[in-house]
Amino acid sequence: MTALPVSRRRALRIPVAWRRPAAIGGAVVLVLWVLLALVDPLLGLQDPLKQSVGDALHAPSGAHPFGTDELGRDVLSRTLWGVRASLPLAVALVAGSLLIGSVLGAVAGYLGGVVDEVIMRIADLVFAFPTIILAMVVAAALGPSLTNAVLALLVVSWPNYARVMRALVLGARNQEYVIAGRLLGAGPFTSLRRDVLPNVSAPMLVLAMLDFGNQILLLAGLSFLGLGAVPPTPEWGSMVADGVTQFSSWWLATFPGLAIFSVVVAFNLIGDSLRDALDPRTAGAVQGSSI
Amino acid sequence: MTGLDIRGLALTISGRRILDGVDVEVPSGQVTGLAGESGSGKTMTGLAVIGLQPAGAKVTGTVAYDDGETVVPDLLALRPGAMNRLRGRRIAMVFQDPTASLQPMLSIGTQLTDHMRHHLGLSRAAARARAIGLLERVRVPSPEAALKKYPHQFSGGQLQRIAIAIAIACDPKVLIADEPTTALDVTVQAGVLRLLRELTDDLGLAVLLVTHDLGVMSAVADTVAVMRNGVVVEHGSRYQVIREPRTAYARELVESLPHTPPPGVGEGDA
Amino acid sequence: MRYIAIRLGLSVVLLIGVTIITFVLTNLVPASPITAALGERAAGDPKIVEAFKKAQGLDQPLPVQYFVYLGHLLQGNLGTSIGTRNPVTQDLAYAFPATAELAIFAIAVAVVIGLVLAVVAALRQNRFSDQLIRAVSVVGISVPTFWLAVAAYFLFFFVLHWAPGSGRLSAFYDPPPRVTGLFTIDALIAGQPDVAADAFAHLVLPGCVLAVYTLGLLVRFARSSILDVLNQDYVRAARAKGLSPFRVVTGYLLRGALLPILTIVGLAFGSLLSGAVLTEQVFSWGGIGQYAYRAATSLDLPSIMGVGLIVGLVYITVNFVIDLVYGFVDPRVRLG
Repeated sequence: MTALPVSRRRALRIPVAWRRPAAIGGAVVLVLWVLLALVDPLLGLQDPLKQSVGDALHAPSGAHPFGTDELGRDVLSRTLWGVRASLPLAVALVAGSLLIGSVLGAVAGYLGGVVDEVIMRIADLVFAFPTIILAMVVAAALGPSLTNAVLALLVVSWPNYARVMRALVLGARNQEYVIAGRLLGAGPFTSLRRDVLPNVSAPMLVLAMLDFGNQILLLAGLSFLGLGAVPPTPEWGSMVADGVTQFSSWWLATFPGLAIFSVVVAFNLIGDSLRDALDPRTAGAVQGSSI
Repeated sequence: MTGLDIRGLALTISGRRILDGVDVEVPSGQVTGLAGESGSGKTMTGLAVIGLQPAGAKVTGTVAYDDGETVVPDLLALRPGAMNRLRGRRIAMVFQDPTASLQPMLSIGTQLTDHMRHHLGLSRAAARARAIGLLERVRVPSPEAALKKYPHQFSGGQLQRIAIAIAIACDPKVLIADEPTTALDVTVQAGVLRLLRELTDDLGLAVLLVTHDLGVMSAVADTVAVMRNGVVVEHGSRYQVIREPRTAYARELVESLPHTPPPGVGEGDA
Repeated sequence: MRYIAIRLGLSVVLLIGVTIITFVLTNLVPASPITAALGERAAGDPKIVEAFKKAQGLDQPLPVQYFVYLGHLLQGNLGTSIGTRNPVTQDLAYAFPATAELAIFAIAVAVVIGLVLAVVAALRQNRFSDQLIRAVSVVGISVPTFWLAVAAYFLFFFVLHWAPGSGRLSAFYDPPPRVTGLFTIDALIAGQPDVAADAFAHLVLPGCVLAVYTLGLLVRFARSSILDVLNQDYVRAARAKGLSPFRVVTGYLLRGALLPILTIVGLAFGSLLSGAVLTEQVFSWGGIGQYAYRAATSLDLPSIMGVGLIVGLVYITVNFVIDLVYGFVDPRVRLG
C-alpha cells in the first residue's frame, strides 16, 4: 500500500509563483485592465464611436491625451474600450481550445490505438501550417467578424493542448494509483475523471496561461489584416491598421499597440512564474510545446 | 615534501558552512584517502582544491602546491586565468560516473587531445600519437580505433580508464579522484583501482582519493583521513585508521560503512 | 539509412495530408468563391455561373475534383489564380524566394543573437545580466509583430531616414537576372554590387522586425536547455581539464544543448512564417505572406491551395532536414 499515498494531486505551489516580482507586476497590470473594462462606461470618457470630422487627426493634447483619429474619434477612449473586445474574446478562445484540446488529447492518450492515431495525425496536419495562414483562410471563408476570427483561431489552436494533454495522460495512465483504481473496478471514464484529470489539470492550466498572450496577438493580428473586428468597433489590431494608412499621425498606432503589448506581457510574466512553480516532472511537457 | 598541503580549508555557500577548516597533506607518490559519510564535505574538498566549487561559494584557507619545479604557496590566491593554466596540466581530476563526465557527442580522440593541444601546444598528429600511447598505458584495447569511437560505444569500466587517460594526459603531479569506482560494476572496480595505484607509483602522482568505500580505501590508500561535518577528525595510516581507529566517530564509520571485500590483486579485470 | 527512409516516408504521408486538408478546407467555405471571382452581377446569371463552374471543374463530385487536382499537382500544375490570372506556380515562383530571403535573414539574426544571449544569461544565472536578457526575451515574444513593423517603419524610414522604403528594391533599380530568386544573391552573381547592397538595405529592417519574436522564443528555450547542460558532469570535467572558457562553452556546453536548440529552431520556423504574413503586409514585400493575404481575402481558391501546399511543404521539409541533422550530429543516433 506504500504506493497509494503518493501525491494524488500535484497542486500548483501558488504561493511560490506569486513571490516573484515579475508575476506580481503582471497581475497588477492585468487587474488594472480588467477593472478598466468593467468601469469604462463610468469613466466619463468621450463616446469611442462619436465622430467629429472637424477634430480629425489632432495630435495628443489636453482635450485628447492620445489624440484623435481620421474620423475625429478620441483615441484614448477607443484604446480603453478596446480591452472590452480583446480580453473576453481571448478568454473564450483559450477556454474553448483548452476544452476541445484537452478532451481530444485525453481520449487519444487514454484509449490509444486507432482513435489516438486519427486525432494526433489531424493535429500534426494543423501544425504543418503556420497558425495565421490557416486562420486567415478560415476567417476569410467565414467572413470578417470578431466571432469568426475566434472560431478560426479555435481551429488552429486546439492541437497544442491535445498534444500536451495526451503526453500527460500517457504519463499518468501507468502510475500505480491509476492502475490500482482500475483494479478496484473503475471504468475507463471514471478512472480518467477521478484519477487522471486531477493530476494533469495544473500543467494544462499553466499551458493555457502561457497561451493567452499568443492568442491575443493572433486575434489582434487577424483584426490588423481586416479579418477580425469590423468598423466602427474599437479593437486594438484594427486601430493599428488605421494608423498605417495615416502614417504621419504616429499616435493612432502607438497607443493601441502599447495596450496589446502591456496585456500580452502581463500574461506572459504570470505564465512564466506559474510554469517555474510547476512540478518539474510535468513542467517539461508544458515547456516543450508552448510555442 | 612535494605534493599538496591543505590548511584550514573552509567553504561557505549562501551562509551555510560546508567545510570548516580542513587540514590534509597529500604527498607525492602516495594515495591519500578521504573518507566520510555523504554530506561530510569530502567531495567539496576535492572540488575546492581544483577551483571548481559551485558559483557563489566563499573559500578561505590555503592550499600549497609543490612538484619540485613549480611551487605555488596558495592555489586559492591564484587569479582565475592562472588557476586555469594549472588545471588539467598540473592538477587533474577524475569524476565519479564516466558515462556522465565524458561528452556524449564528442569522440574519444577529441576529448583526449584537446587539452593536450591547449596546454602543451602539440600538433594534431603529435597529440594523436600521444593519445594512443596513453590509451595503451591505461589498457584500453585497440587504441587507434578507440580514438574514433564515442562514449556510448564503451563499457563503464573502459570509460573510466579513458577518463583516467584524459586526466594524466598532460603529466600532472596531483590527481583528485572523486569516487572513481562507485559507479562501476564490482567486477571491474579492482582493475581501475590497480591502475590508479600503478600510476601513482610510476608517475609519482599525489593522489587524493575521495570515497565512502572502506574496501576501496584498504586496497589502495597509503593514509586515510576521515571527515565529518566539514573537518578532518582523524588522519593516519590506512592500517591504523581501519583497524585501530582512535576517535569514536571513525570507529562508528568503520563499522557502518559498506565493507566491500578488499579487491585482491589476482582478480579478473574487464 | 533506415532512419532516413522512415523520416522520408512520414514526410510524404504528411504531405498527402496537406493536399487533402487544403482541398477540403477550400471546399468547405460557406462564402461562395464564385461570387468572389465573378462579382455580384455576373454571379446572378446562371449561365455565366455554369460556364465558370465547368471551366474550373467545379461541376464534378468532390473526390473526383480532388484526384483531378492531385493529377495536375503531380504535373506541377496548380491551376490559374483567379485574382492575378497567372498560373499559380508562376506566382509562387516569384513570391516564394522573396519570403525565403526574408525568413533566412530573420532566422540567421535570431539564432546568432539568441544563442549568444542565451549563453550569457545561463552562465550568469539570476544575476543582473540574466534578468535583463530574460526581460528582453519576454518583451520579444509579447510585442505585436505588425505593430513593431509599423513602428519601425515609421521611426527608421519616416523620421530618421535611415532605412529605405518598402518593397525589395529601390524603384530605380531593376531586379537582377533571376537565378535563385533571392535578390541579394542574384545581384552578386550578376556582378551588380550596388543592386545587392540596395536589396540588402531593404532586407535589414523587415528582417530584424521578423526576427524579434523568434529571438525572444529562442532565448527563453535555449537558456533553459543550456542551464540543464550546465549541471552536467561533462561540463565540470571539461573545466577541470583547464580548457579555455570559450572552448568549454562552444565545444562542450553548446554541443550538449544542440539537440533541444535544433528542435526549437524547427518549431520557431512556423511562427516565423506567421510573422512573415504581417511583416510583408506592412513592408509590401510581395512574398508568400502577402500573396496568401490577397488570396484569402478575395477567396481565390487555386491561390489559397497553392499557398497551403507550398507552406506545408516548407514546414515538412524544414522538419525533415532537422531530423536528418539530428541524426548527423548525435553519434548515438548516427552509429546506433
